[in-house]
Amino acid sequence: MVKVLDGLRGYGLIVGMWFRSTLAYRASFLLTTLGNAITSWLEFAGILIIFSHVDQLGGFSVGEVALMYATASCSLGLADLFLGNMDQLGARVRDGSVDTMLIRPVPLFAQVAADRFVLRRVGRIVQGLLVLGWALAQLRPGWSVLEYALLAGVIVCGAAIFGALWALGGAFQFWAQDAAQVQNSVTYGGNRLLQYPPTIYGTELVRGVTYVVPLAFVNWVPLLRLLDRDDPLGLPGWVDFLSPLVAVVMCALTALLWRVGVRSYRSTGS
Amino acid sequence: MDGMAASDGMDGTDGMDGTRGTVAGGDELIVLEELEKVFRVRRRAGRFRRTRSEVRAVNGISFTVRRGEMVGYIGPNGAGKSTTIKMLTGILTPSGGRLRVAGIDPQHERTRLARRIGVVFGQRTTLWWDLPLRDSYALVRRMYRVPQARFRENLERCVELLDLAELLEVPVRQLSLGQRMRGDIAAALLHDPEVLYLDEPTIGLDVISKAKVRSFLRELNAERGTTVLLTTHDLTDIEQLCRRVMVIDHGRLMYDGGLPGLYEAGAGERQLVVDLEREQPPISVEGARTVRVEGPRQWLAFPAKASAAPLVARVAADYPLLDLSLREPDIEDVIARMYASGDGGGDGPRAAEVPVAG
Ligand SMILES: Nc1ncnc2c1ncn2[C@@H]1O[C@H](COP(=O)(O)OP(=O)(O)OP(=O)(O)O)[C@@H](O)[C@H]1O
Ligand SMILES: [Mg+2]
Repeated sequence: MVKVLDGLRGYGLIVGMWFRSTLAYRASFLLTTLGNAITSWLEFAGILIIFSHVDQLGGFSVGEVALMYATASCSLGLADLFLGNMDQLGARVRDGSVDTMLIRPVPLFAQVAADRFVLRRVGRIVQGLLVLGWALAQLRPGWSVLEYALLAGVIVCGAAIFGALWALGGAFQFWAQDAAQVQNSVTYGGNRLLQYPPTIYGTELVRGVTYVVPLAFVNWVPLLRLLDRDDPLGLPGWVDFLSPLVAVVMCALTALLWRVGVRSYRSTGS
Repeated sequence: MDGMAASDGMDGTDGMDGTRGTVAGGDELIVLEELEKVFRVRRRAGRFRRTRSEVRAVNGISFTVRRGEMVGYIGPNGAGKSTTIKMLTGILTPSGGRLRVAGIDPQHERTRLARRIGVVFGQRTTLWWDLPLRDSYALVRRMYRVPQARFRENLERCVELLDLAELLEVPVRQLSLGQRMRGDIAAALLHDPEVLYLDEPTIGLDVISKAKVRSFLRELNAERGTTVLLTTHDLTDIEQLCRRVMVIDHGRLMYDGGLPGLYEAGAGERQLVVDLEREQPPISVEGARTVRVEGPRQWLAFPAKASAAPLVARVAADYPLLDLSLREPDIEDVIARMYASGDGGGDGPRAAEVPVAG
């Protein structure tokens, strides 16, 4: 527990340093923020354009699809904000600069998570929340407090699953420093996938992201329950509530692999 | 050398022998027992084939460093110096052997150990590239939870002794190599570490900066009692700072003891330079050999252990002597000779490398 608190404190300190470092490059900060905002709004515009031609997509209305988009965005955004630079660990492993992290009195994981922190990543979360508000306004689902709490839970568990995937990819980079591409295709690519309802994809793909890489638990599985829809894989009802368990298992697996990874870190000659 | 022997009791004072009994005493800050690090590497052998082999970067090293010692850790390129330091700091996991620093196993309690040690890698900086030097120090204060008053005092001392006053507000990326190195040394000391590891701290420094760093380290060791372990290729560092030297080669400890002993161990020779009245054929005299003749001046080499007096007497008796002077052995020569006698010498990789099956 002390270690977790230490980690959080160290994380905060290092994030502060990176934040001030980016202030040294204000113009670049503004430009990339703008660029990112344009990209993510274009993404959403794509969905709206589809719905200007059709009323339903795979049996889902525009509000429902927007809800999927929003939850996926928020989850990915949270994970990206806190752990987004895990994919660059490989470069640090290769040039041996992990050395300097290992001599600080802060757990390595916290330092790697905070490494090159960029605040502009908040943008994706803000956009996700805006779309979420819009989607709920469209749907007017008449939910009780419990259902809204479930929705919040979906986002948090989704963020944990994405985060675990990121960290898992990071841990792999202790051995394979070029794993970043694979890792990003799973996380960012997975996010694209989850922005649309599962019914528009083939069952093979849906099976893959349920059993192999459990992305379906980020939003599909619990949202189908919230929206009173049938599961395309016909899984039993209790599976809809498995997201927290999936998140915990993924995190535990990641923690394990991370430890092994750190132990096998070999630095560079110097 | 004598200082060390005291705690070893009956384990002998043999300087050449790295292995010492590990008497569990509060005074022993760093204890290594048969420490090993093996890197498994893959090499290209032909166009597509790859062979796997093992590099024994550290090959069974044992030593003890007591609190307050200042030890030089030297050896040729690739001897395993940096690798040892990385294991001592918890960066690398040892492949074998036992290791304790301040009673802590670096690998299992790395972050706890980190609070008690300071590390400076000459090749690498811990400072924040885009921020003023001062900000990096502020981070150290908060990260190590250094009390405000203590921090201010330490910083003032470092700033004064390492001449950092004008650099505090400069972004680190604008510092020169030598300025940054001084900045790094200060950063490693603000939390009052018990041990300071320095891996090539004087690399790339000019004469004045080197002198500054050396006198700073000497003061640190004398006044604060900070234990210092430093690697360097500049033997002047060792001569000026360290009473104890450890020489490693191929991942093995070749010598552990004082500087004077090193001369003997390396079969060091002193030289007698004699000026004769006129040119003469090379002097032949018992107990020495003539290594160089230049006009009336000749150089005679004799074992460092032997006394010069009888030799001078013999030369004076047989030759028309005008003047003479004595040269102490050059530490560089001594060490070069030691490396060469370690094994065939040569330019191959210094660490032992053996192919493995599969
Ligand atoms: N990360 C690594 N992977 C593979 N081999 C390594 C690694 N780091 C070091 N080695 C090997 O281990 C041996 C010792 O390296 P080390 O860096 O400890 O030498 P050193 O004594 O510090 O030398 P130098 O004086 O050149 O700094 C070398 O043969 C080197 O090739
Ligand atoms: Mg080195």
